[in-house]
Amino acid sequence: MPVTDPKEILKGERLAISRALTQIENSTQEGYQLLEELFPHTGKAHLIGVTGAPGTGKSTLVNQLAYHYRRTEGGEKAPRLAVIAVDPTSPFSGGALLGDRVRMQDLAGDPGVFVRSMASRGSLGGLAAATANLVQVFDAAGYEIIIIETVGAGQAEVDIASLAHSTIVVEAPGLGDEIQTIKAGILEIADILVVNKSDKPGADHTLRALRSMLTLSQPHPEDIAHHGPAQQATQPTNDLPSSLWSTPVLPTISTIGEGFPELIAELANHLDYLRTSGEWQRREEKRLKNELEMLLRDTLRTRWENKISATKYQYTLDRVVTRKLTPWKAVQVLLEGAGL
Amino acid sequence: MGDAQEKIRVLIAKAGLDGHDRGAKVVARALRDAGMEVIYTGLRQTPEMITEAALQEDVQVVGLSILSGAHMTLVPKVKKMLKEQGLENVKLFLGGIIPDEDKRELEKLGVAGIYGPGTSTQVIIEDIQNACQ
Ligand SMILES: Nc1nc2c(ncn2[C@@H]2O[C@H](COP(=O)(O)OP(=O)(O)OP(=O)(O)O)[C@@H](O)[C@H]2O)c(=O)[nH]1
Ligand SMILES: [Mg+2]
Repeated sequence: MPVTDPKEILKGERLAISRALTQIENSTQEGYQLLEELFPHTGKAHLIGVTGAPGTGKSTLVNQLAYHYRRTEGGEKAPRLAVIAVDPTSPFSGGALLGDRVRMQDLAGDPGVFVRSMASRGSLGGLAAATANLVQVFDAAGYEIIIIETVGAGQAEVDIASLAHSTIVVEAPGLGDEIQTIKAGILEIADILVVNKSDKPGADHTLRALRSMLTLSQPHPEDIAHHGPAQQATQPTNDLPSSLWSTPVLPTISTIGEGFPELIAELANHLDYLRTSGEWQRREEKRLKNELEMLLRDTLRTRWENKISATKYQYTLDRVVTRKLTPWKAVQVLLEGAGL
Repeated sequence: MGDAQEKIRVLIAKAGLDGHDRGAKVVARALRDAGMEVIYTGLRQTPEMITEAALQEDVQVVGLSILSGAHMTLVPKVKKMLKEQGLENVKLFLGGIIPDEDKRELEKLGVAGIYGPGTSTQVIIEDIQNACQ
């Protein structure tokens, strides 16, 4: 297999992009070198996270969203768009069945769209870091919009939300008692809430329930004008109402493409809000800080592991187990033993 | 970055116009259970769609399921298009009811494995693993 030339990726060569994604996913030396070359060219794309419970229609929604983005009206240039569809790796076999493409058939044959399926694997440093690395390839290759689909499941969902600039949480009606199924925490990560499958009975109810939950959980603009929330005290004051984002709730029918011009308009609003409020910068900083700290932790640990002998480690551990040494002293011994 | 970890990536596609994909799904699950990453693309895939998906997913293997009898037109087309995209190293496997004489011809074309109905998935798994070494 020939080594991938980063110049080819920057030019948008699809084969080079695809091979680079594999190298990076596999954590090879070549992958690492590619990331080094690509990093200075990143930071431009709008990252959109799409998450929600299994079967709510995320892939079908991504298909329509991408399809509509590619058909912007009024002669505007359509953005190039990449999709990363993440599915879980089976903990038993290490394999994965990646089926999101089945719902994205309308994107086939469009050279401005690149769909890549990704298994969560046992990603070192977490799923967000692994996904962030793939995102960098598309970003450097000039894809202006990158959509990341993940199944909503606890931490993965929150991690991906911290990676994306705009997070869409997808709900569907008729999952029993809606309030029960709308998990705590979901409202915090959603920049836009979508009630998909709005052709199904109960959609109005779900819409109303979500809207009322949001009004309860989000501060009213008047309250902020009067008191000002603590975390905003250090932010540049911006009196425009756009400085406060209130999560919209939108109905869609992804199977027939209803509600998508509205969804795209809200995404544009959100991007606008991120840029004008300084939130874009703040999120980038936070994300890169997390990434840096994670790398630092991993690197320090690897360095230490390479310097300490297994016997020394076992000996120290034994002494802790027999209560001859406290864990705190043991850490000191182990660090000094590695010359750190 | 941690230790390098490679996975066999396989694209499973149902080509042609016939409408059921039970067999393809059984194979897809078996390959997953053997530790592979299986990208499933669904029904009625054209050679263009199959090639595009293989390119974007950077798979080592494409598994085609063809029950419509159109294998002698579809397979050479897929083979040709893969080559045009720089994917000549991708191994092509085929499932379906294929007459012996067609089989010989397809093998000459470079199809790596051909499986009739009822083939044990274990055989397919091992063939793919061997082909990807
Ligand atoms: N009635 C109706 N069905 C829909 C709609 N959107 C998606 N579906 C159907 O819902 C099912 C699941 O859709 P997917 O897009 O695969 O859902 P998903 O959330 O991506 O599923 P996972 O990735 O497995 O979590 C499919 O049968 C879709 O056709 C919709 O708006 N209305
Ligand atoms: Mg999906």
